Amino acid sequence: MIWLNQLLQGILLGGYYALMAAGLSFLFGVMRVINLAHGSLAVLAAFLLLMIDHWLGVSPFIGLWLMLPIMALIGMVFQLGILERSLSGGPLIPLLATFGVSLLLDNILFAIFGANTQSFAPDIGSLSYGSWAIGHSIDISQLDALIFATALVLLVGMHLLLTRSQLGRMIRATAIDAEAASLSGLDPRRVRVVASVMAMIMIGVAGAALGMRSSFEPYAGGAQLIYAFEAVVIGGTGSLWGTLIGGIMLGIAQNMGATINPHLSQISGHVVFLLVLLVRMRMGSLRLGNFLRKRMRPSVVSA
Amino acid sequence: MSLLEVAGLTAGHGLLVACQNISFSLEAGEVLALVGANGAGKTTLLRSLAGAHRPSQGQISFAGANITGLPAHRRTALGIALVPEGRRLFTDMTVLENLQIARAAKRTGDWDLASVLDALPQLKSILTRRAGEISGGQQQATAIGRALMTNPRLLLLDELSLGLSPIAVEGVYAVLPRLIEAGIAIILVEQDLRRAMATAHRLICMLEGQIMVQGPSGSLTREAVTAAYFGLNRQAA
Repeated sequence: MIWLNQLLQGILLGGYYALMAAGLSFLFGVMRVINLAHGSLAVLAAFLLLMIDHWLGVSPFIGLWLMLPIMALIGMVFQLGILERSLSGGPLIPLLATFGVSLLLDNILFAIFGANTQSFAPDIGSLSYGSWAIGHSIDISQLDALIFATALVLLVGMHLLLTRSQLGRMIRATAIDAEAASLSGLDPRRVRVVASVMAMIMIGVAGAALGMRSSFEPYAGGAQLIYAFEAVVIGGTGSLWGTLIGGIMLGIAQNMGATINPHLSQISGHVVFLLVLLVRMRMGSLRLGNFLRKRMRPSVVSA
Repeated sequence: MSLLEVAGLTAGHGLLVACQNISFSLEAGEVLALVGANGAGKTTLLRSLAGAHRPSQGQISFAGANITGLPAHRRTALGIALVPEGRRLFTDMTVLENLQIARAAKRTGDWDLASVLDALPQLKSILTRRAGEISGGQQQATAIGRALMTNPRLLLLDELSLGLSPIAVEGVYAVLPRLIEAGIAIILVEQDLRRAMATAHRLICMLEGQIMVQGPSGSLTREAVTAAYFGLNRQAA
């Protein structure tokens, strides 16, 4: 029974990782950018929510509706000021630029808020500790269930938007071939701004979840980036469904590891990540041979 | 006033000059064939007209407006559509989605999904298939359909027959008379001289980035164009 409980807790934890990874996965899928500022931006969102809550004296669930538009605005500035400029410089430049942003954000947050850890747990009442008991040995945290449901709704919603709407088609077309998209009447720059805004809203929701389920401090972004990155890679890069699966696999691995020995929690997740990476490099699309073959295949296919 | 006027257009890739001092004009509804050997600068010229390539010199006017500095999507909105070399379809998307995407140009006119499928009936049975999985001829038809969905006044067709089997080429070319009848001006890059001269009202032959010969299709002999194509009698030209 303890294993079943740990499996269930792992799945719920995976919902949080998937939520944290959604924005990273989306931005990579649309722009082929690995946003190293991802974790720092989530922490920034959490601090924004903290400020709003303190100034207005509202609950984080209300403050969220003010924080998300601010994150959207930050997404616009981030896209036009940094990503758009660095995209044309090859794959390394966006990596370095977003790394620079993460350092900048971390230290600005430290300068303003100091090293104290913060949390929304005291502000959300019984939700932070409330749980539903199933039988004798299984407890489902209400907050974890809420976060899992949010991740599910967000990822399913994004999937539907990408596959069923004209905006989704525009985002996918720009991701596949920006020039061909432009020749079909789309402004790739504008589409990318919209995509970046959407990613930033997802990051905002993830930042709120981070502050509710645990604590955060200015340098907490690095760890969040690593979890998000691992979830994206385990699930397969650029696929939103994969991100959900990847998050759940990471959550299960960590919880199973912790059941064996509490010290094994983190390392179990990393080991699963590395194993999946190795298997993918040998068999999947990440395999170097396949990659080269794909690259070298002539673009003109005979009828 | 001509629909398209190109004056002194020079474009290149880095130090390489692909086309040099190109000037010509095109009337509404006119069909112009652009012929020339590989590397003559045809594709660069077409891409410069569509806004996918930035020329270093010269001016492009469309319907009386200077469009030289406009990006591709703004030109598409004005009614210029390019069917690019190699098709450049959105391969992970369905044929239907490839067609629908061109609605982003927000141009209304005779061409909608129904009329495009009527003109390209070979697409009807493959609408739900991914564009990366269909045959080359079907891909080319999809690329033409996508361009038509923007309701162009000027259609730029870059080597429609490239990499296609002779039967597939016939299937793709079957749509041309209908487009000409609809009054769309067309610039057609074509390697097949016979086909180019039969289809187009006017012909331009390029060599090494320059126009060697141009004139109405009827007034040019095959020999004259062939000579220009290969750069024979270069002094005379």
